[in-house]
Amino acid sequence: MSVTKHVISVTVRDEPGVLLRIASLFARRAFNIESLSVAQSETPGISRTTFVVSGDSHTVEQVQKQLQKLVDVLKVIDHTETAFVDRELMLIKVAIARPEDRVEIRQIAQDFRARIVDVARRSLVFELTGDEGKMDAFVDQMREFGIVELIRTGRVALPRSGDATDRTEIYHSQEAVPGTQ
Amino acid sequence: MTGAEIVIRMLERHRVDVVFGHPGGAIMPIYDAIYDADLRHVLVRHEQAGAHAADAYYRASGRPGVVMATSGPGATNLVTGLATAMMDSSAMVAITGNVPTSLIGTDAFQEADVYGITGPVTKHNFLVKRIEDLPRVINEAFHIATTGRPGPVLIDIPKDVQQASWDVDLDAIDASVDLPGYRPTVTGHAGQIRKAAEAIRNAKKPIMMVGGGGQIADQEVMAFAEKTGIPVITTLMGIGAYPAGADQALGMPGMHGTVTSNRAITHCDLIVGAGLRFDDRVTGKISRFAPNATVVHIDIDPAEISKLVKAHVPVVGDLRDVLPRLSDELGRLDIADWWETLNDWKSRYPERYKTDKPLVTQEVIEMLREKMGPDTIVTTEVGQHQMFAARLFPTSKPRTWVSSGGLGTMGFGLPAAIGAAFAQPGKPVVCIAGDGSVQMNIQELATIAKHRLPIILAITNNGVLGMVRQWQELFHAQRYSEIMLADSNPDFAKLAEAYGIEGHNVFDRDQANALLPEVIARGGPAVINFVVYESEKVYPMVPSGAGVDEMLIGDQEPDEVQA
Repeated sequence: MSVTKHVISVTVRDEPGVLLRIASLFARRAFNIESLSVAQSETPGISRTTFVVSGDSHTVEQVQKQLQKLVDVLKVIDHTETAFVDRELMLIKVAIARPEDRVEIRQIAQDFRARIVDVARRSLVFELTGDEGKMDAFVDQMREFGIVELIRTGRVALPRSGDATDRTEIYHSQEAVPGTQ
Repeated sequence: MTGAEIVIRMLERHRVDVVFGHPGGAIMPIYDAIYDADLRHVLVRHEQAGAHAADAYYRASGRPGVVMATSGPGATNLVTGLATAMMDSSAMVAITGNVPTSLIGTDAFQEADVYGITGPVTKHNFLVKRIEDLPRVINEAFHIATTGRPGPVLIDIPKDVQQASWDVDLDAIDASVDLPGYRPTVTGHAGQIRKAAEAIRNAKKPIMMVGGGGQIADQEVMAFAEKTGIPVITTLMGIGAYPAGADQALGMPGMHGTVTSNRAITHCDLIVGAGLRFDDRVTGKISRFAPNATVVHIDIDPAEISKLVKAHVPVVGDLRDVLPRLSDELGRLDIADWWETLNDWKSRYPERYKTDKPLVTQEVIEMLREKMGPDTIVTTEVGQHQMFAARLFPTSKPRTWVSSGGLGTMGFGLPAAIGAAFAQPGKPVVCIAGDGSVQMNIQELATIAKHRLPIILAITNNGVLGMVRQWQELFHAQRYSEIMLADSNPDFAKLAEAYGIEGHNVFDRDQANALLPEVIARGGPAVINFVVYESEKVYPMVPSGAGVDEMLIGDQEPDEVQA
């Protein structure tokens, strides 16, 4: 079976320890998380988390079913099976080794629509949002100047409007069983 | 009302009649409330035993078992019991005290991260930080434990929450449970049931495999089997869900399953899997498991569908809903040829063992079955004796077979006998044990003595860790590493007597035959230590990693083949 990346978002009740539960489920079932982000959703008391996991379709289906079993998990969506938008945010501190680098770095940053959020004599901090490919490309470009440090949020995702197929429905259409535990 | 009183009142509202447990510092307020409550508390001598007793209470009655323990070591001692209950889908509610909320996270005396530790071994767990949450949490805990696929739920209650006071009328609190993320599917999908019926109708060589889920659906299993005439295999967890002695019963499948069951799996063209999870001890090597079969898998847990064995026709739902509806679409199956094959295997491979040597475990177990009667509840420890018991003393009624299947927990059987005795007062209970595993919770003889429980503890004592010995003999070149018990076993009869329980050491079959009826007539408690032949092996055996078609038949071969 082929290994592909899946972007999975999980809507959870904001109970203490819910993240622990999800993380421990991934660890116990030996599922690998590539990235993870968590934040409040539009509804108070409900958080939305986005995972990127890679695995074959059987593994990823098991991930989803096991997540769905958790009492605090309300909804599991595999975005890979539907149209979705995803973004990532990065903060990256780039070294200014020679004064003439500054201009070139700023030029590249402009091409990437990166915003400068901190300016110092020997470094610049940029903020960049976009998809994973754009992030990677910018990091590659900055490498020759020297990256002091960087942080990325990991991907967050939402289904595109009118095309929101939730995991429960997908599960039904594949296996024709109503409702999941 | 204090938090502790709320706990007790809520347990009473859930009609809990007995609680197993052990007090300690962080749960003192709850034990203070127990002091003058109607609730019956059974003091175990180790929290692990309390958890197993609560688990077995559910298995023997269908009512959730309750166990209590203090923080730190009390709670961590529950972990094996919770994991055992989780693996075998047993409904229990564990209540632990914890250090006061102000001390949580400070490495306080007897503090452990119980919420974190028990998460992976419970269906759900709670840490209650406010007294106002207690009634809701307790309602949710019982709801989660007993519905859908049953399982253990733990409620961790810091001491200050137990001590807090709240002016509350519990009658006025809404008892309904609102858990939007938890909605078990009970009703099977009509289209899937139709597909399943069609597949079953077309099968020439079908079998039904019943697992632990069958314990609550024995009548539906029976009705389905009677109407269709399908051969029925019961897994270790399914023993009792369909009568072992019935004509259509093929026995247990898997690693120590019957020749007939394992051959039927290998040659069948369809499996109706009912409330089982195709554990590796059942399937053997997956790629060799039922290679020609269409698999109809009925289970209440969608995550079990196609987890290990691919289900061609999955039906998520409660067996009590699905099986009758499936029966409705079916008549008697035309499988006379298949039955001819199966009956040929059954007649060639009846249970057999040789008695041309000292007393063997198998005959002890058969004696117990013959002399104790059909109402007996059988609990087992884990090892050779467990497999012999599953094959030679499979019970015929649901909730009468109590054995640790998934986790294979040595030390389960003796406390499980206590739980079963409280769950079914008046019924005889036999715990079939080995001399190894019985020592893992032997302290519970005190609990049995105190309550004069009708338990016969039958130790089949071969002086070694028998199942480990069997593997070492067959697969580790007779290198018997660390299995010797005989050189330092206690005198089990004297040990029993030290606890105030009748005890006997039995060395041969005449003595066994003479003694058993009178001990059974006295009703227990009693400990009978049967000294048995050391190197008996459980056959058939599917070697680890092999297919069920590659079983070693060993002494189950007919005599002419063995000679």
